[in-house]
Amino acid sequence: MRMSTYLRRYWQLYFLLILPIAYFLTFKYGPMYGIQIAFKDFNFFQGINDSEWIGWDAFREVFQNQDFYKTLRNTLMLNFLDLLVSFPAPLLLAIMLYEVKAVWFKKLSQTILYIPHFISWVIIGGIVYQVFGTQSGFVNNMWMALGFQPIPFLTDPNYWLVTYLLTGVWQSAGWGTILYLAALTGINKELYEAADMDGAGRLKRIWHITLPGLKTTIITLLIINLGNMVTIGFERPFVIGNVAVQDYSDVLSTFVYRIGLESGQYTLATVVGLFQAVVGLIFVLGANYASKKSTGEGIL
Amino acid sequence: MDKLADISKTTAVKAKPASSKGDRIFDIVNVTLLSIVVLVCLIPFIHILAISLSSARPIMSGEVSLFPVEWTVEAYVKVFSDMSMIRSLGFTVMLTVIFTILCMAMTIAAGYPLSKSNLKGRGFFMVLIIITMFFSGGIIPEYILVRNLHLLDTMWALILPGLISPFYLIIMISFFRNIPESLEEAAEIDGSSHFYTLWRIILPLSLPVIATLSLFYAVGRWNGFMDTLMYINSPELYPLQLKLYQLIQNNMASELMRNEVVGSAQMMPESLKAASVIFATLPILIVYPWLQRYFVSGVMLGAVKG
Repeated sequence: MRMSTYLRRYWQLYFLLILPIAYFLTFKYGPMYGIQIAFKDFNFFQGINDSEWIGWDAFREVFQNQDFYKTLRNTLMLNFLDLLVSFPAPLLLAIMLYEVKAVWFKKLSQTILYIPHFISWVIIGGIVYQVFGTQSGFVNNMWMALGFQPIPFLTDPNYWLVTYLLTGVWQSAGWGTILYLAALTGINKELYEAADMDGAGRLKRIWHITLPGLKTTIITLLIINLGNMVTIGFERPFVIGNVAVQDYSDVLSTFVYRIGLESGQYTLATVVGLFQAVVGLIFVLGANYASKKSTGEGIL
Repeated sequence: MDKLADISKTTAVKAKPASSKGDRIFDIVNVTLLSIVVLVCLIPFIHILAISLSSARPIMSGEVSLFPVEWTVEAYVKVFSDMSMIRSLGFTVMLTVIFTILCMAMTIAAGYPLSKSNLKGRGFFMVLIIITMFFSGGIIPEYILVRNLHLLDTMWALILPGLISPFYLIIMISFFRNIPESLEEAAEIDGSSHFYTLWRIILPLSLPVIATLSLFYAVGRWNGFMDTLMYINSPELYPLQLKLYQLIQNNMASELMRNEVVGSAQMMPESLKAASVIFATLPILIVYPWLQRYFVSGVMLGAVKG
């Protein structure tokens, strides 16, 4: 087909693409262009192009900064603990839901368990303070009623970790069951019937049929999680964290926000952001490779 | 898609007519444990609700757990008569509606051409889009961009940077690709334009995915907080989340202060904080049960690779 004929027939499709492509170039590639300020002494008067080149100076400064290592450590620590606690929860919950025979009870449970996923971190933060507050929080009220001393869930770093992790489980466990339940619909029902014939109990069936049926899903989700080890959302640690527990709650994303937008050290903050993006990319590509090796399918 | 949407219907393990004793014990234990989990999931909401409906004295003395003590709706009266709160709610609703409409228009405009495998240059455009899923400039270059475009402290700073989610776009494309081509070919033979085909044939067939993605965009905007913190200064442009965040800071301040100063006069009553939390959560809780199946189907669509 000649080009002119092709265009006459298909120009409308390209017309539709104009604004979306303009969007991607401006709001996704525009910031990528701005990454160069990691190598420049950026200020707003001179702008991105005219600010002076400083080479790797800012990188040197960041890699000598104690706070950078602290936030990197905290990011890895919080993500790792989250993986230990929040990863098995939806799997267990999905299996429990799968074993429920009464359809109405199962539906009701699902409806309720999904709710926290739709609550913003700001609101969850508000709830956390009411529930875990030291003097008048719900948990401590009951704890003190039993005659114990109140527990500083929000102001002691170690207890704060518990609060952070429990909140994560509460928010994500229910919603996380969806992918497992979907995978479970793919299991051949005849396997269960055969197991019944052989007189296998429920736990045996879970162990020998349900879990193997979820193996691929578990491995894929685990790999995705590992791939996101250096990536941490801003809102959860920012809203639940506070000055008293900064030694644990300060992570890369909040660090970038603090030095960049609160202190105006744009260059340093960009360097930290770039570090996170590059290492994150390496992790994801590595995870994709691992997934191809172990399940024969990539995650990308 | 509906099949995917309603997994709860399909997964029940068939009960055998004569179940053994071990079977019954398993069921009882399972349902009991699950009930506890569901309760734990709900208790924080119930507690906040109870606090919001109780008087100050029982709250301070720690008497309120799951039921209101000394009922009062005073806190709600205060929240609803706080004009800044009502205005913030109104602004958030408007913001969410405009954002969702623009997002869907853009996502459809991008998704339809890119769903055609014979489109020249499709591969290039797809690579351009997919790269952005795995690498981004980071928040500082984004902030500088928004500032250079003079969008700071306008509602457009909360709309334009998030217009197309590459993830949702991929979902859109794969949905369009599953629509039988014969339908479109028939329209093309009739000589209708691509715009007409998209509007009259494709979109009416895509209502489920449109509903699902609209919800995801809308919830994302409703709950979004970080960009409001970064880009908004004027109190009249505070979305609900930012407004609420100030209350939480107030909470934190009182939590940290208690060691030194006890009972500051500046402190907001607990019931007012709780009522505000309920106020901001309610819109989501009201729409959620009706739209649940769309949410679930969205996850399923996302899990099927594009």
